[in-house]
Amino acid sequence: MDWLNALIVLANFVVVPALTYGSQLALGALGVTLVYGILRFSNFAHGDTMAFGTMATILATWALQSLGMSFGALPTALLALPFGIIGTALYLLATDRLIYRFYRRQRAKPIVLVIVSAGVMFFTNGLVRFIIGPGDRNFADGERFIVTAREFKEMTGLSEGLAIKTTQGITVLTAIVVVALLFWFLNRTRTGKSLRAYSDNEDLALLSGIDPERVVIVTWLIVAALATIAGTLYGLDKTFKPFIYFQLLLPLFAAAVIGGLGNPLGAIVGGFIVAFAEVTVTYAWKKVLGYTLPDDIVPSGLVQLLSTDYKVAVSFSILVLVLLFRPTGLFRGQSL
Amino acid sequence: MSEPFLVGENLTGGYGSADILHGCTIAVDKGEIAVIVGPNGAGKSTAMKALFGMLVLRKGGVRLEGRSIDELSPSQRVMNGMGFVPQTSNVFPSMTVEENLEMGAFIRRDDCNDTMTEVFDLFPILKEKRKQPAGQLSGGQRQQVAVGRALMTRPKALMLDEPTAGVSPIVMDELFDRIIEVAAMGIPILMVEQNARQALAIADHGYVLVQGRNAFSGSGAALLADDEVRKSFLGG
Amino acid sequence: MAGTASEHVTLRAVLLAVTIVVLLLLTGYLQSWNTALVILDMGLISAVMALGVNLQWGLAGLFNVGIMGFVALGGLATVLVSMPPTTAAWSAGGGRAILAILAGAATIAAALFVWRRIPGGAARGFAVFAVLLIGFVLYRWLLDPAVDAIESVNPAGTGYLGGLGLPILLSWPVGGLLAAGAAWMIGKTALGLRSDYLAIATLGISEIVIAILKNEDWLSRGVKNVVGLPRPVPYEVNLQSDPAFVAKASELGLNPVMASTLTVKLAYAGLFAVVLIILLLLAQRALHSPWGRMMRAIRDNETAASAMGKHVTARHLQVFILGSAICGIGGAMLTTLDGQLTPGTYQPLRFTFLIWIMVIVGGSGNNIGAVLGGFLIWFLWVQVEPIGHWLMSLITSGMADGSALKAHLLASAAHMRLMTMGVILLLVFRFSPRGLVPER
Repeated sequence: MDWLNALIVLANFVVVPALTYGSQLALGALGVTLVYGILRFSNFAHGDTMAFGTMATILATWALQSLGMSFGALPTALLALPFGIIGTALYLLATDRLIYRFYRRQRAKPIVLVIVSAGVMFFTNGLVRFIIGPGDRNFADGERFIVTAREFKEMTGLSEGLAIKTTQGITVLTAIVVVALLFWFLNRTRTGKSLRAYSDNEDLALLSGIDPERVVIVTWLIVAALATIAGTLYGLDKTFKPFIYFQLLLPLFAAAVIGGLGNPLGAIVGGFIVAFAEVTVTYAWKKVLGYTLPDDIVPSGLVQLLSTDYKVAVSFSILVLVLLFRPTGLFRGQSL
Repeated sequence: MSEPFLVGENLTGGYGSADILHGCTIAVDKGEIAVIVGPNGAGKSTAMKALFGMLVLRKGGVRLEGRSIDELSPSQRVMNGMGFVPQTSNVFPSMTVEENLEMGAFIRRDDCNDTMTEVFDLFPILKEKRKQPAGQLSGGQRQQVAVGRALMTRPKALMLDEPTAGVSPIVMDELFDRIIEVAAMGIPILMVEQNARQALAIADHGYVLVQGRNAFSGSGAALLADDEVRKSFLGG
Repeated sequence: MAGTASEHVTLRAVLLAVTIVVLLLLTGYLQSWNTALVILDMGLISAVMALGVNLQWGLAGLFNVGIMGFVALGGLATVLVSMPPTTAAWSAGGGRAILAILAGAATIAAALFVWRRIPGGAARGFAVFAVLLIGFVLYRWLLDPAVDAIESVNPAGTGYLGGLGLPILLSWPVGGLLAAGAAWMIGKTALGLRSDYLAIATLGISEIVIAILKNEDWLSRGVKNVVGLPRPVPYEVNLQSDPAFVAKASELGLNPVMASTLTVKLAYAGLFAVVLIILLLLAQRALHSPWGRMMRAIRDNETAASAMGKHVTARHLQVFILGSAICGIGGAMLTTLDGQLTPGTYQPLRFTFLIWIMVIVGGSGNNIGAVLGGFLIWFLWVQVEPIGHWLMSLITSGMADGSALKAHLLASAAHMRLMTMGVILLLVFRFSPRGLVPER
């Protein structure tokens, strides 16, 4: 039994990727849950909002790179992020002003807003492809690894290596910073508290003199930032292709639902639950079992619960389980 | 006689095409407690909502400090000094007691700590539970949070819609004690109440509404002593 | 007053129908009759699917984002019903595979049973988890060797179980049944909660179904596709070698090849039209029946209806199943027309929203409106592409050949379609939410 090597394999193929993916999902699910809690609808356009934000950041990155700027070991995209966020914020405010506001003023049924958000999703999807094309865009530059597998093996003398990519480290760090900022904002500032109050009891918030339009604008600004950061981190880590963000929609919703729609802490926890579930269920455990079990009972197959083609089934199953057994989610969001 | 501080005169209107109020008049003066009682469906809550601007009035108007406020929306009336405590859904359940009070003072730009201290003096239990989410408190305590929240704006007039609905008699007594203390601070209080006997006992003025009309008006004591009122609405 | 409004609706329906016919005729004259018939065939299929979606949205206010999943199930049905069985594969592992599926279903049933019987708490959670885990292991132990055995039987040609070898027309109702089954499962899970939840749940169902079709080679050959599905109409080559047919063709002044393709397409159109008419008549009967009136009453005021004791969720489930079944039938028709099952071509995003635009533009709540909307939007979707290209060439004609911008703009004409569809959906939903042919 070689526990150390088993742990390293686990860390390299399960823990580190799941932490990274979980951070990305957490940031994305935060955007979904805020829109649900404050604006009271499930925003089907969120995945493509992330695509838009990433696209804006990529364009800004190219601009910066053409000016000869870079960020040293870190990706230039981090410098371009603020521009991406601003662009996305303007886009979201425009869609709100032109599209959502009408239905909000009419106090339309939630399902109407969902359908409308689906229309916005469709449009945004086409717009992103129109502007940047449908193909792959790899925009990560700078150092690729914080520590490569080979360096690790040399340092520790183990036979298994642990590689940590720069993008993975950045993702987790950025996520921590963003979440901390968000919670500080929501819990310690007057505006943040007004958002929570509006989400909690809209009529009472209006009676307290809270300006609903201001709440809406601030919400969209935060959502723009979250979506752009989440999308950019995901695109840096993997690659940018417009249609993959639509595929993130289901894991994002699963994460938000499992945590409790409308509950920010729940969205974060949900993000990690979905990420870890997806990675562990589609991972081939043979290597780890090989290190931990006696040789004669190690199974011959790959020991993979579900093939990676069925990644979508993981978040879908989580969603179904939550809906069947506890629709309000872990942290009691607003389900009805 | 000078005009009462807050008056809704000859109120006639309803939510849709049918009128619920038919020319009823409600008034309250500084430092006074005025109570609206009556049978179910008499239009008590509706009258209060009319004063607050949540109803379309066909006839009649509302005046605060002598000035008409008919054109103002409910939010604007709050900013002009009217405090309103709805009957239900009157706290922010996921926010702490302290945050609820902060939200109450949202429109105030100045430091509201003094006011919060006053509210805590008035409702000591709230100080004890200041960090607890309001949704976890008992019914009576929640009502105190709701009233405290409304007081945070330093209102010129306070309106309460059935503040003792669903609370035990002991809590009701306590609530009424507090309300008397608030009135003693000079704030006129207008209250709709289902527990007519106890409410009239603390009232300076009472209005008995029947089918949207003033059926009886007078001081609380007078109404309690009136045989007709006692027989019809107070169960003898 | 009501009479006049109803007459207006009928007038709109007639006008829209006439417009569509005119557009098709124009296409025939100006482009080719072949093109017109291709559009007609797909238009009929789209109309069927729009009808199904209209039942769900117009009658019950349900937002189903997983239309493609039900369509794909219909496609699967054509394979399962009409392809000849691969006897070697069946003997290699067919029985075991079926057993595995049954074991899987039994596991889920057992888990739910355990959940209901044991009082809440940690013990219940563990028990359910244990049941699911054991069931899953059993399922995999049964299935994996069976799948390997099946897929190794002539992988290039078959490598799958095949079907029942029955006439392909039977697969249309079977497709409806498969879709109904899936709809029942999703509906039981997600209905009765807030309306958003059904939308989110159906978002996943289409992805799952398509993933299964793409990966379970033993069932559907996966991305190797199932080609050569049997036809309910004659083959062109057979028609061309039939002397009577050739004679008739030359009478009409057509060469045999052209005549054969037109005939085949017309034959399909005839079949599809029959199905559409039957479904439309049934849907109209349902709409105007007491059941239909109750559904609309529920839709308009759900709280009042449930206060009156109407089982809202059960009714919603009924409508959801019916609408999805119709989409399944449409899916079977679609695959029959294609003559092959190609899971890779099912694109959830595009087609699902196209159907939604059909329903909203055509008239949500009005069956005939939805059907006509199906034709109209499909026609536009097809014809907008060449127009888009033409427009883009016009816009870029002033640019230098080989400039990056020009190449980019020309290539992105396709994405203009997506954007245009999104804009149309938003505009119509906002300014004309009742659609061209509104509900009476």
